[in-house]
Amino acid sequence: MAPKKNSVLPGFRLTLGYTLLYLSLIVLIPLAATFVKSSELSWAQFSHTVFSPQALAAYRLSFGASLFAAAVNAVFGFIVAWVLVRYDFFGKRIVDALVDLPFALPTAVAGITLATLYAPNGWIGEWLTPLGIKVSYTRLGIFVALTFIGLPFIVRTVQPVLADLDSEIEEAATSLGANRWQTFWRVIFPMLSPALLTGFALAFARALGEYGSVVFISSNIPMKTQIVPLLIMSELDGFQYARATALAVVMLVISFLLLLAVNLLQWWSNRYNTNNLA
Amino acid sequence: MTDDAKINAPRRISEPPWVRRLLIALALAFITLFLIVPLLSVFTEALRQGFGFYFQTLRDPMTISAIQLTLIAAAISVPLNCLFGVAAAWTIAKFDFPGKNILLTLIDLPFSISPVISGMIYVLIFGAQGWFGPWLIEHNIRIIFAVPGIVLATLFVTFPFVARELIPLMQAQGRTEEEAARVLGASGWQTFWRVTLPNIKWGLLYGVILCNARAMGEFGAVSVVSGHIQGKTNTIPLHVQILYEGNNFTGAFAVASLLTFLALVTLLLKTWVEYKNTALRGTAFTPVPLEKRSI
Repeated sequence: MAPKKNSVLPGFRLTLGYTLLYLSLIVLIPLAATFVKSSELSWAQFSHTVFSPQALAAYRLSFGASLFAAAVNAVFGFIVAWVLVRYDFFGKRIVDALVDLPFALPTAVAGITLATLYAPNGWIGEWLTPLGIKVSYTRLGIFVALTFIGLPFIVRTVQPVLADLDSEIEEAATSLGANRWQTFWRVIFPMLSPALLTGFALAFARALGEYGSVVFISSNIPMKTQIVPLLIMSELDGFQYARATALAVVMLVISFLLLLAVNLLQWWSNRYNTNNLA
Repeated sequence: MTDDAKINAPRRISEPPWVRRLLIALALAFITLFLIVPLLSVFTEALRQGFGFYFQTLRDPMTISAIQLTLIAAAISVPLNCLFGVAAAWTIAKFDFPGKNILLTLIDLPFSISPVISGMIYVLIFGAQGWFGPWLIEHNIRIIFAVPGIVLATLFVTFPFVARELIPLMQAQGRTEEEAARVLGASGWQTFWRVTLPNIKWGLLYGVILCNARAMGEFGAVSVVSGHIQGKTNTIPLHVQILYEGNNFTGAFAVASLLTFLALVTLLLKTWVEYKNTALRGTAFTPVPLEKRSI
Protein backbone atom coordinates (compact mmCIF):
# COMPACT_ATOMS: atom_id res chain seq x y z
CA MET A 1 0.00 0.00 0.00
CA ALA A 2 1.75 3.16 -1.19
CA PRO A 3 0.53 6.72 -0.83
CA LYS A 4 -1.31 7.93 -3.90
CA LYS A 5 0.68 11.12 -4.17
CA ASN A 6 4.43 11.19 -3.80
CA SER A 7 4.86 12.92 -0.48
CA VAL A 8 7.97 14.75 0.64
CA LEU A 9 7.12 13.75 4.18
CA PRO A 10 8.92 10.69 5.54
CA GLY A 11 7.74 7.90 7.77
CA PHE A 12 4.70 6.54 5.95
CA ARG A 13 5.79 2.91 5.99
CA LEU A 14 7.14 3.12 9.53
CA THR A 15 4.08 4.78 11.09
CA LEU A 16 1.49 2.81 9.13
CA GLY A 17 3.33 -0.42 9.87
CA TYR A 18 3.58 0.35 13.56
CA THR A 19 -0.06 1.45 13.70
CA LEU A 20 -1.28 -1.78 12.09
CA LEU A 21 1.02 -3.98 14.19
CA TYR A 22 0.02 -2.38 17.50
CA LEU A 23 -3.67 -2.32 16.55
CA SER A 24 -3.53 -6.01 15.63
CA LEU A 25 -1.70 -7.08 18.79
CA ILE A 26 -3.77 -5.14 21.30
CA VAL A 27 -7.21 -5.01 19.66
CA LEU A 28 -7.80 -7.12 16.56
CA ILE A 29 -6.23 -10.48 17.45
CA PRO A 30 -7.76 -10.58 20.96
CA LEU A 31 -11.16 -9.62 19.51
CA ALA A 32 -10.83 -12.27 16.80
CA ALA A 33 -10.16 -14.79 19.57
CA THR A 34 -13.68 -14.15 20.86
CA PHE A 35 -15.23 -15.06 17.54
CA VAL A 36 -12.99 -18.12 17.10
CA LYS A 37 -13.78 -19.30 20.62
CA SER A 38 -17.52 -18.90 20.04
CA SER A 39 -17.26 -20.97 16.83
CA GLU A 40 -16.24 -23.93 19.00
CA LEU A 41 -19.87 -24.03 20.07
CA SER A 42 -22.41 -25.74 17.86
CA TRP A 43 -25.33 -23.61 16.69
CA ALA A 44 -27.61 -25.42 19.13
CA GLN A 45 -25.28 -24.70 22.04
CA PHE A 46 -24.81 -21.11 20.91
CA SER A 47 -28.52 -20.40 20.59
CA HIS A 48 -29.23 -22.24 23.83
CA THR A 49 -26.90 -19.78 25.59
CA VAL A 50 -27.84 -16.53 23.87
CA PHE A 51 -31.58 -17.21 23.90
CA SER A 52 -31.81 -18.69 27.39
CA PRO A 53 -34.52 -17.12 29.59
CA GLN A 54 -31.80 -15.61 31.78
CA ALA A 55 -30.07 -14.02 28.76
CA LEU A 56 -33.34 -12.72 27.31
CA ALA A 57 -34.24 -11.13 30.65
CA ALA A 58 -30.77 -9.55 30.78
CA TYR A 59 -31.08 -8.10 27.24
CA ARG A 60 -34.50 -6.69 28.09
CA LEU A 61 -33.21 -5.06 31.26
CA SER A 62 -30.01 -3.76 29.62
CA PHE A 63 -31.84 -2.29 26.64
CA GLY A 64 -34.74 -0.93 28.68
CA ALA A 65 -32.64 0.72 31.40
CA SER A 66 -30.12 2.09 28.85
CA LEU A 67 -32.84 3.53 26.62
CA PHE A 68 -34.66 5.06 29.55
CA ALA A 69 -31.43 6.55 30.98
CA ALA A 70 -30.39 7.93 27.57
CA ALA A 71 -33.87 9.45 27.10
CA VAL A 72 -33.80 11.21 30.48
CA ASN A 73 -30.29 12.45 29.67
CA ALA A 74 -31.49 13.67 26.28
CA VAL A 75 -34.05 15.93 27.97
CA PHE A 76 -31.93 17.22 30.86
CA GLY A 77 -28.65 17.17 28.91
CA PHE A 78 -30.29 19.34 26.27
CA ILE A 79 -31.47 21.80 28.93
CA VAL A 80 -27.98 21.87 30.52
CA ALA A 81 -26.32 22.47 27.13
CA TRP A 82 -28.86 25.20 26.29
CA VAL A 83 -28.38 26.98 29.60
CA LEU A 84 -24.57 26.74 29.37
CA VAL A 85 -24.46 28.20 25.86
CA ARG A 86 -27.21 30.81 26.00
CA TYR A 87 -27.57 32.15 29.55
CA ASP A 88 -25.32 33.62 32.20
CA PHE A 89 -25.64 32.55 35.79
CA PHE A 90 -23.55 32.24 38.93
CA GLY A 91 -21.22 29.24 38.89
CA LYS A 92 -21.63 28.58 35.17
CA ARG A 93 -17.95 27.77 34.60
CA ILE A 94 -17.88 25.29 37.49
CA VAL A 95 -21.03 23.58 36.18
CA ASP A 96 -19.49 23.43 32.70
CA ALA A 97 -16.35 21.72 34.02
CA LEU A 98 -18.33 19.41 36.35
CA VAL A 99 -20.43 18.00 33.48
CA ASP A 100 -17.47 15.74 32.60
CA LEU A 101 -17.27 14.30 36.12
CA PRO A 102 -18.94 10.96 35.20
CA PHE A 103 -16.28 10.55 32.52
CA ALA A 104 -13.36 11.33 34.84
CA LEU A 105 -14.67 9.56 37.95
CA PRO A 106 -13.78 5.84 38.03
CA THR A 107 -16.93 3.76 37.69
CA ALA A 108 -16.30 1.84 40.91
CA VAL A 109 -16.37 5.13 42.85
CA ALA A 110 -19.58 6.16 41.10
CA GLY A 111 -21.04 2.74 41.94
CA ILE A 112 -20.36 2.74 45.68
CA THR A 113 -21.33 6.43 45.98
CA LEU A 114 -24.70 6.04 44.24
CA ALA A 115 -25.44 2.79 46.09
CA THR A 116 -24.77 4.53 49.42
CA LEU A 117 -26.71 7.70 48.53
CA TYR A 118 -29.79 5.79 47.42
CA ALA A 119 -29.69 3.10 50.12
CA PRO A 120 -32.66 3.30 52.57
CA ASN A 121 -30.45 5.17 55.11
CA GLY A 122 -28.57 7.25 52.53
CA TRP A 123 -28.83 11.02 51.93
CA ILE A 124 -31.31 10.60 49.08
CA GLY A 125 -32.70 7.18 49.98
CA GLU A 126 -34.00 8.33 53.39
CA TRP A 127 -36.30 10.81 51.59
CA LEU A 128 -37.53 8.22 49.10
CA THR A 129 -38.08 5.30 51.49
CA PRO A 130 -41.11 6.88 53.27
CA LEU A 131 -42.65 7.36 49.81
CA GLY A 132 -42.25 3.66 49.17
CA ILE A 133 -39.57 4.15 46.49
CA LYS A 134 -36.65 1.75 46.64
CA VAL A 135 -33.66 2.61 44.43
CA SER A 136 -30.54 0.78 45.55
CA TYR A 137 -30.56 -2.95 44.70
CA THR A 138 -33.53 -2.52 42.32
CA ARG A 139 -33.93 -1.84 38.59
CA LEU A 140 -34.44 1.83 39.42
CA GLY A 141 -30.91 1.83 40.84
CA ILE A 142 -29.53 0.49 37.55
CA PHE A 143 -31.32 3.33 35.77
CA VAL A 144 -29.82 5.91 38.17
CA ALA A 145 -26.27 4.57 37.59
CA LEU A 146 -26.71 4.52 33.80
CA THR A 147 -28.12 8.07 33.84
CA PHE A 148 -25.07 9.23 35.81
CA ILE A 149 -22.52 7.76 33.40
CA GLY A 150 -24.39 8.93 30.26
CA LEU A 151 -24.81 12.54 31.38
CA PRO A 152 -21.82 14.15 29.61
CA PHE A 153 -22.52 12.62 26.18
CA ILE A 154 -25.65 14.63 25.32
CA VAL A 155 -24.32 17.90 26.78
CA ARG A 156 -21.00 17.62 24.94
CA THR A 157 -22.49 16.72 21.56
CA VAL A 158 -25.22 19.41 21.62
CA GLN A 159 -23.14 22.20 23.20
CA PRO A 160 -20.68 22.88 20.32
CA VAL A 161 -23.40 22.75 17.63
CA LEU A 162 -25.62 25.10 19.62
CA ALA A 163 -22.71 27.51 20.19
CA ASP A 164 -21.96 27.56 16.44
CA LEU A 165 -25.56 28.24 15.36
CA ASP A 166 -25.82 31.39 13.32
CA SER A 167 -28.00 33.93 15.17
CA GLU A 168 -29.06 35.38 11.81
CA ILE A 169 -31.24 32.32 11.17
CA GLU A 170 -33.18 32.97 14.38
CA GLU A 171 -33.39 36.66 13.61
CA ALA A 172 -34.81 35.86 10.20
CA ALA A 173 -37.43 33.56 11.71
CA THR A 174 -38.41 36.21 14.26
CA SER A 175 -38.60 39.02 11.72
CA LEU A 176 -40.79 36.81 9.56
CA GLY A 177 -43.26 36.70 12.42
CA ALA A 178 -42.44 33.46 14.26
CA ASN A 179 -42.83 33.58 18.03
CA ARG A 180 -40.05 32.31 20.29
CA TRP A 181 -41.51 28.81 20.65
CA GLN A 182 -42.05 28.47 16.89
CA THR A 183 -38.50 29.64 16.25
CA PHE A 184 -37.18 27.07 18.68
CA TRP A 185 -39.35 24.17 17.59
CA ARG A 186 -39.29 24.75 13.82
CA VAL A 187 -35.85 26.32 13.30
CA ILE A 188 -33.40 25.69 16.15
CA PHE A 189 -34.44 22.21 17.27
CA PRO A 190 -34.28 20.60 13.79
CA MET A 191 -30.73 21.89 13.41
CA LEU A 192 -29.74 20.43 16.78
CA SER A 193 -31.52 17.11 16.42
CA PRO A 194 -28.69 15.25 14.61
CA ALA A 195 -26.28 16.20 17.43
CA LEU A 196 -28.90 15.26 20.02
CA LEU A 197 -29.39 11.87 18.36
CA THR A 198 -25.61 11.32 18.19
CA GLY A 199 -25.36 12.06 21.91
CA PHE A 200 -28.31 9.78 22.60
CA ALA A 201 -26.70 6.92 20.66
CA LEU A 202 -23.36 7.44 22.43
CA ALA A 203 -24.98 7.52 25.87
CA PHE A 204 -27.04 4.43 25.00
CA ALA A 205 -23.97 2.54 23.74
CA ARG A 206 -21.99 3.46 26.84
CA ALA A 207 -24.87 2.38 29.11
CA LEU A 208 -25.25 -0.99 27.37
CA GLY A 209 -21.68 -1.99 28.19
CA GLU A 210 -21.46 -0.40 31.63
CA TYR A 211 -20.34 -2.63 34.47
CA GLY A 212 -18.53 -0.82 37.29
CA SER A 213 -21.19 1.57 38.49
CA VAL A 214 -24.03 -0.94 38.14
CA VAL A 215 -22.43 -3.85 39.98
CA PHE A 216 -22.65 -2.00 43.32
CA ILE A 217 -26.13 -0.50 43.05
CA SER A 218 -27.79 -3.60 41.57
CA SER A 219 -28.50 -6.73 43.57
CA ASN A 220 -27.56 -8.79 40.47
CA ILE A 221 -30.37 -11.30 40.84
CA PRO A 222 -30.73 -13.37 37.62
CA MET A 223 -33.96 -12.63 35.70
CA LYS A 224 -34.57 -9.53 37.86
CA THR A 225 -31.67 -7.11 38.25
CA GLN A 226 -28.91 -8.67 36.12
CA ILE A 227 -27.76 -6.67 33.09
CA VAL A 228 -25.83 -8.37 30.26
CA PRO A 229 -22.28 -7.38 31.36
CA LEU A 230 -23.06 -8.77 34.83
CA LEU A 231 -24.37 -11.99 33.30
CA ILE A 232 -21.14 -12.34 31.28
CA MET A 233 -19.16 -11.69 34.46
CA SER A 234 -21.06 -14.37 36.38
CA GLU A 235 -20.41 -16.89 33.56
CA LEU A 236 -16.70 -15.99 33.69
CA ASP A 237 -16.65 -16.39 37.47
CA GLY A 238 -18.10 -19.86 36.98
CA PHE A 239 -15.40 -20.63 34.34
CA GLN A 240 -18.17 -21.00 31.71
CA TYR A 241 -15.96 -19.39 29.06
CA ALA A 242 -17.85 -20.70 26.03
CA ARG A 243 -21.16 -19.33 27.35
CA ALA A 244 -19.56 -16.01 28.28
CA THR A 245 -18.05 -15.79 24.78
CA ALA A 246 -21.38 -16.48 23.08
CA LEU A 247 -23.01 -13.63 25.03
CA ALA A 248 -20.01 -11.39 24.29
CA VAL A 249 -20.40 -12.03 20.55
CA VAL A 250 -24.01 -10.81 20.72
CA MET A 251 -22.91 -7.68 22.59
CA LEU A 252 -20.00 -7.07 20.18
CA VAL A 253 -22.29 -7.22 17.14
CA ILE A 254 -24.64 -4.74 18.80
CA SER A 255 -21.69 -2.46 19.64
CA PHE A 256 -20.45 -2.53 16.03
CA LEU A 257 -23.93 -1.62 14.77
CA LEU A 258 -24.18 1.25 17.24
CA LEU A 259 -20.73 2.52 16.24
CA LEU A 260 -21.87 2.47 12.61
CA ALA A 261 -25.05 4.36 13.55
CA VAL A 262 -23.03 6.97 15.46
CA ASN A 263 -20.71 7.52 12.49
CA LEU A 264 -23.67 7.99 10.15
CA LEU A 265 -25.33 10.36 12.61
CA GLN A 266 -22.14 12.36 12.97
CA TRP A 267 -21.82 12.66 9.23
CA TRP A 268 -25.42 13.88 9.11
CA SER A 269 -24.79 16.22 12.04
CA ASN A 270 -21.79 17.82 10.31
CA ARG A 271 -24.08 19.06 7.54
CA TYR A 272 -25.18 21.81 9.90
CA ASN A 273 -21.67 22.80 10.82
CA THR A 274 -21.20 26.53 10.27
CA ASN A 275 -18.04 25.78 8.27
CA ASN A 276 -20.24 24.10 5.70
CA LEU A 277 -22.88 26.82 5.73
CA ALA A 278 -20.44 29.65 5.13
CA MET B 1 -21.50 46.42 12.85
CA THR B 2 -17.89 46.23 14.02
CA ASP B 3 -16.66 43.13 15.80
CA ASP B 4 -16.58 44.99 19.11
CA ALA B 5 -20.14 46.12 18.77
CA LYS B 6 -21.19 42.58 17.93
CA ILE B 7 -19.62 41.21 21.09
CA ASN B 8 -21.02 43.94 23.34
CA ALA B 9 -24.48 43.96 21.83
CA PRO B 10 -26.88 41.95 23.99
CA ARG B 11 -28.54 38.99 22.33
CA ARG B 12 -31.69 40.68 21.11
CA ILE B 13 -33.80 37.59 20.77
CA SER B 14 -34.11 35.50 23.88
CA GLU B 15 -36.68 33.71 25.94
CA PRO B 16 -38.90 35.52 28.49
CA PRO B 17 -37.16 35.88 31.89
CA TRP B 18 -39.37 33.31 33.60
CA VAL B 19 -38.47 30.68 30.98
CA ARG B 20 -34.78 31.46 31.40
CA ARG B 21 -35.01 31.17 35.18
CA LEU B 22 -36.98 27.93 34.97
CA LEU B 23 -34.45 26.32 32.59
CA ILE B 24 -31.48 27.43 34.71
CA ALA B 25 -33.22 26.05 37.81
CA LEU B 26 -33.93 22.71 36.08
CA ALA B 27 -30.33 22.41 34.83
CA LEU B 28 -28.88 23.26 38.25
CA ALA B 29 -31.25 20.85 40.01
CA PHE B 30 -30.21 18.01 37.68
CA ILE B 31 -26.49 18.82 38.06
CA THR B 32 -26.82 19.09 41.85
CA LEU B 33 -28.70 15.81 42.19
CA PHE B 34 -26.49 13.79 39.86
CA LEU B 35 -23.05 15.39 40.25
CA ILE B 36 -22.62 17.67 43.25
CA VAL B 37 -24.40 15.54 45.88
CA PRO B 38 -22.45 12.36 44.94
CA LEU B 39 -19.19 14.34 44.92
CA LEU B 40 -19.79 15.74 48.41
CA SER B 41 -20.91 12.39 49.75
CA VAL B 42 -17.62 10.67 48.73
CA PHE B 43 -15.64 12.96 51.03
CA THR B 44 -18.23 12.93 53.82
CA GLU B 45 -18.36 9.12 53.86
CA ALA B 46 -14.54 8.94 53.69
CA LEU B 47 -14.17 11.07 56.82
CA ARG B 48 -17.04 9.45 58.75
CA GLN B 49 -14.64 7.87 61.25
CA GLY B 50 -12.30 10.86 61.43
CA PHE B 51 -8.99 11.81 59.92
CA GLY B 52 -7.12 9.22 61.98
CA PHE B 53 -8.97 6.32 60.38
CA TYR B 54 -8.77 8.02 56.97
CA PHE B 55 -4.97 8.23 56.99
CA GLN B 56 -4.67 4.83 58.62
CA THR B 57 -6.59 3.33 55.65
CA LEU B 58 -4.42 5.17 53.14
CA ARG B 59 -1.22 4.03 54.91
CA ASP B 60 -2.34 0.40 55.01
CA PRO B 61 0.15 -1.88 53.14
CA MET B 62 -2.71 -3.25 50.99
CA THR B 63 -3.70 0.29 49.94
CA ILE B 64 -0.08 1.20 49.21
CA SER B 65 0.40 -1.92 47.08
CA ALA B 66 -2.82 -1.10 45.17
CA ILE B 67 -1.56 2.44 44.54
CA GLN B 68 1.77 1.05 43.30
CA LEU B 69 0.10 -1.38 40.88
CA THR B 70 -2.18 1.37 39.52
CA LEU B 71 0.85 3.61 38.97
CA ILE B 72 2.71 0.77 37.20
CA ALA B 73 -0.26 0.03 34.89
CA ALA B 74 -0.62 3.73 34.03
CA ALA B 75 3.14 4.23 33.62
CA ILE B 76 3.25 1.45 31.00
CA SER B 77 -0.01 2.02 29.14
CA VAL B 78 0.04 5.83 28.86
CA PRO B 79 3.45 6.10 27.07
CA LEU B 80 2.71 3.10 24.80
CA ASN B 81 -0.67 4.48 23.74
CA CYS B 82 0.91 7.90 23.35
CA LEU B 83 3.50 6.52 20.94
CA PHE B 84 0.75 4.70 19.06
CA GLY B 85 -1.38 7.84 18.95
CA VAL B 86 1.38 9.92 17.41
CA ALA B 87 2.25 7.21 14.84
CA ALA B 88 -1.40 6.65 13.87
CA ALA B 89 -2.14 10.38 13.61
CA TRP B 90 0.98 10.95 11.49
CA THR B 91 0.13 8.17 9.05
CA ILE B 92 -3.57 9.12 8.81
CA ALA B 93 -3.23 12.90 8.69
CA LYS B 94 -0.13 13.27 6.55
CA PHE B 95 -0.69 10.60 3.86
CA ASP B 96 -3.44 9.42 1.54
CA PHE B 97 -4.15 5.73 1.35
CA PRO B 98 -7.21 3.54 0.83
CA GLY B 99 -9.05 2.08 3.79
CA LYS B 100 -8.47 5.08 6.04
CA ASN B 101 -12.02 5.16 7.39
CA ILE B 102 -11.88 1.48 8.26
CA LEU B 103 -8.67 2.16 10.18
CA LEU B 104 -10.29 5.13 11.96
CA THR B 105 -13.25 2.99 12.97
CA LEU B 106 -11.02 0.17 14.24
CA ILE B 107 -8.96 2.59 16.34
CA ASP B 108 -12.14 3.81 18.05
CA LEU B 109 -13.45 0.28 18.56
CA PRO B 110 -12.26 -0.31 22.16
CA PHE B 111 -14.52 2.57 23.26
CA SER B 112 -17.67 0.84 22.17
CA ILE B 113 -16.84 -2.48 23.81
CA SER B 114 -18.05 -3.35 27.30
CA PRO B 115 -15.18 -3.35 29.83
CA VAL B 116 -16.12 -6.88 30.84
CA ILE B 117 -15.55 -8.08 27.26
CA SER B 118 -12.30 -6.07 27.07
CA GLY B 119 -10.94 -8.11 29.96
CA MET B 120 -12.44 -11.37 28.79
CA ILE B 121 -10.66 -11.38 25.42
CA TYR B 122 -7.28 -11.67 27.17
CA VAL B 123 -8.56 -14.51 29.33
CA LEU B 124 -9.51 -16.35 26.12
CA ILE B 125 -5.94 -15.98 24.83
CA PHE B 126 -3.74 -16.22 27.92
CA GLY B 127 -6.02 -17.91 30.49
CA ALA B 128 -5.54 -21.51 31.62
CA GLN B 129 -8.07 -22.70 29.00
CA GLY B 130 -6.99 -20.11 26.43
CA TRP B 131 -4.94 -20.35 23.21
CA PHE B 132 -1.54 -19.98 24.90
CA GLY B 133 -2.70 -21.23 28.31
CA PRO B 134 -1.03 -24.67 28.27
CA TRP B 135 2.22 -23.27 26.87
CA LEU B 136 2.31 -20.50 29.48
CA ILE B 137 1.67 -22.95 32.33
CA GLU B 138 4.45 -25.21 31.03
CA HIS B 139 6.89 -22.29 31.06
CA ASN B 140 5.58 -21.01 34.38
CA ILE B 141 4.56 -17.62 32.98
CA ARG B 142 1.52 -15.98 34.52
CA ILE B 143 -0.39 -13.33 32.58
CA ILE B 144 -3.98 -13.73 33.70
CA PHE B 145 -4.53 -13.19 37.45
CA ALA B 146 -1.15 -11.43 37.43
CA VAL B 147 0.31 -7.99 36.67
CA PRO B 148 0.83 -8.48 32.87
CA GLY B 149 -2.91 -9.17 32.43
CA ILE B 150 -3.78 -5.98 34.28
CA VAL B 151 -1.40 -3.99 32.07
CA LEU B 152 -2.88 -5.57 28.89
CA ALA B 153 -6.47 -4.84 29.93
CA THR B 154 -5.50 -1.25 30.77
CA LEU B 155 -3.74 -0.90 27.40
CA PHE B 156 -6.90 -2.05 25.63
CA VAL B 157 -9.38 0.25 27.36
CA THR B 158 -7.13 3.32 27.02
CA PHE B 159 -6.05 2.45 23.45
CA PRO B 160 -7.90 5.19 21.47
CA PHE B 161 -7.49 8.19 23.82
CA VAL B 162 -4.38 9.85 22.40
CA ALA B 163 -4.96 8.81 18.77
CA ARG B 164 -8.52 10.15 18.60
CA GLU B 165 -7.42 13.56 19.94
CA LEU B 166 -4.42 13.86 17.61
CA ILE B 167 -5.97 12.59 14.37
CA PRO B 168 -8.59 15.37 13.87
CA LEU B 169 -6.13 17.99 15.13
CA MET B 170 -3.39 16.95 12.67
CA GLN B 171 -5.92 16.55 9.85
CA ALA B 172 -7.09 20.12 10.43
CA GLN B 173 -3.52 21.42 10.43
CA GLY B 174 -2.77 19.84 7.07
CA ARG B 175 0.66 19.11 5.66
CA THR B 176 1.91 22.43 4.32
CA GLU B 177 4.04 23.40 7.32
CA GLU B 178 5.83 20.06 7.39
CA GLU B 179 6.28 20.10 3.62
CA ALA B 180 7.78 23.59 3.81
CA ALA B 181 10.21 22.44 6.52
CA ARG B 182 11.28 19.48 4.39
CA VAL B 183 11.74 21.59 1.27
CA LEU B 184 13.86 24.01 3.30
CA GLY B 185 16.15 21.12 4.19
CA ALA B 186 14.97 19.85 7.58
CA SER B 187 15.31 16.13 8.20
CA GLY B 188 12.26 14.02 9.01
CA TRP B 189 12.97 14.04 12.75
CA GLN B 190 13.72 17.76 12.77
CA THR B 191 10.40 18.37 11.02
CA PHE B 192 8.58 16.28 13.61
CA TRP B 193 10.24 17.75 16.69
CA ARG B 194 10.36 21.40 15.59
CA VAL B 195 7.20 21.76 13.45
CA THR B 196 4.67 19.03 14.20
CA LEU B 197 5.16 18.55 17.93
CA PRO B 198 4.77 22.25 18.90
CA ASN B 199 1.58 22.30 16.82
CA ILE B 200 0.04 19.26 18.48
CA LYS B 201 1.31 19.68 22.05
CA TRP B 202 -2.08 20.67 23.55
CA GLY B 203 -3.87 17.82 21.80
CA LEU B 204 -1.19 15.41 22.98
CA LEU B 205 -1.43 16.66 26.56
CA TYR B 206 -5.23 16.45 26.40
CA GLY B 207 -5.07 12.85 25.21
CA VAL B 208 -2.54 11.96 27.90
CA ILE B 209 -4.73 13.48 30.66
CA LEU B 210 -7.80 11.51 29.53
CA CYS B 211 -5.78 8.33 28.93
CA ASN B 212 -4.22 8.53 32.39
CA ALA B 213 -7.56 9.12 34.11
CA ARG B 214 -9.03 6.02 32.51
CA ALA B 215 -5.88 3.94 33.06
CA MET B 216 -5.92 4.68 36.80
CA GLY B 217 -9.69 4.34 37.16
CA GLU B 218 -10.51 1.31 35.01
CA PHE B 219 -12.51 -1.26 36.91
CA GLY B 220 -14.46 -3.75 34.78
CA ALA B 221 -11.74 -4.96 32.41
CA VAL B 222 -9.11 -5.14 35.15
CA SER B 223 -11.57 -6.92 37.42
CA VAL B 224 -11.87 -9.81 34.92
CA VAL B 225 -8.12 -10.42 34.61
CA SER B 226 -7.01 -9.56 38.14
CA GLY B 227 -8.05 -12.51 40.29
CA HIS B 228 -8.29 -10.03 43.21
CA ILE B 229 -5.20 -11.18 45.10
CA GLN B 230 -4.76 -8.58 47.86
CA GLY B 231 -1.29 -7.03 47.91
CA LYS B 232 -0.50 -8.52 44.49
CA THR B 233 -3.04 -7.95 41.74
CA ASN B 234 -5.24 -5.27 43.25
CA THR B 235 -5.43 -1.85 41.68
CA ILE B 236 -6.98 1.12 43.52
CA PRO B 237 -10.51 0.61 42.09
CA LEU B 238 -10.36 -3.13 42.89
CA HIS B 239 -9.19 -2.34 46.42
CA VAL B 240 -12.23 -0.04 46.79
CA GLN B 241 -14.44 -2.98 45.83
CA ILE B 242 -12.77 -5.38 48.27
CA LEU B 243 -13.10 -2.93 51.17
CA TYR B 244 -16.73 -2.16 50.24
CA GLU B 245 -17.71 -5.81 49.94
CA GLY B 246 -15.93 -6.50 53.25
CA ASN B 247 -18.36 -3.96 54.79
CA ASN B 248 -15.52 -1.53 55.54
CA PHE B 249 -17.54 1.30 53.95
CA THR B 250 -15.55 4.17 55.44
CA GLY B 251 -12.30 2.53 54.28
CA ALA B 252 -13.73 2.00 50.78
CA PHE B 253 -14.71 5.68 50.56
CA ALA B 254 -11.33 6.77 51.95
CA VAL B 255 -9.57 4.96 49.08
CA ALA B 256 -12.30 6.13 46.66
CA SER B 257 -11.59 9.72 47.73
CA LEU B 258 -8.09 9.33 46.23
CA LEU B 259 -9.66 8.45 42.87
CA THR B 260 -12.19 11.28 43.24
CA PHE B 261 -9.33 13.69 43.88
CA LEU B 262 -7.66 12.35 40.72
CA ALA B 263 -10.91 12.92 38.80
CA LEU B 264 -11.10 16.53 40.02
CA VAL B 265 -7.47 17.17 39.03
CA THR B 266 -8.27 15.62 35.63
CA LEU B 267 -11.25 17.96 35.18
CA LEU B 268 -9.15 20.97 36.17
CA LEU B 269 -6.32 20.09 33.75
CA LYS B 270 -8.83 19.22 31.04
CA THR B 271 -10.59 22.59 31.39
CA TRP B 272 -7.22 24.39 31.35
CA VAL B 273 -6.11 22.63 28.14
CA GLU B 274 -9.52 23.33 26.54
CA TYR B 275 -9.00 27.00 27.41
CA LYS B 276 -5.58 26.89 25.68
CA ASN B 277 -6.97 25.09 22.62
CA THR B 278 -10.71 25.51 22.18
CA ALA B 279 -10.81 23.06 19.25
CA LEU B 280 -10.41 20.20 21.74
CA ARG B 281 -13.73 20.90 23.51
CA GLY B 282 -16.13 17.98 23.45
CA THR B 283 -13.77 15.72 21.48
CA ALA B 284 -13.47 13.28 24.39
CA PHE B 285 -16.98 12.01 23.73
CA THR B 286 -17.46 11.86 19.99
CA PRO B 287 -15.71 9.42 17.64
CA VAL B 288 -13.14 10.70 15.16
CA PRO B 289 -15.11 12.07 12.17
CA LEU B 290 -14.71 9.90 9.10
CA GLU B 291 -13.35 11.34 5.88
CA LYS B 292 -15.93 11.82 3.16
CA ARG B 293 -13.69 11.13 0.20
CA SER B 294 -12.03 7.86 1.10
CA ILE B 295 -13.87 4.63 1.82
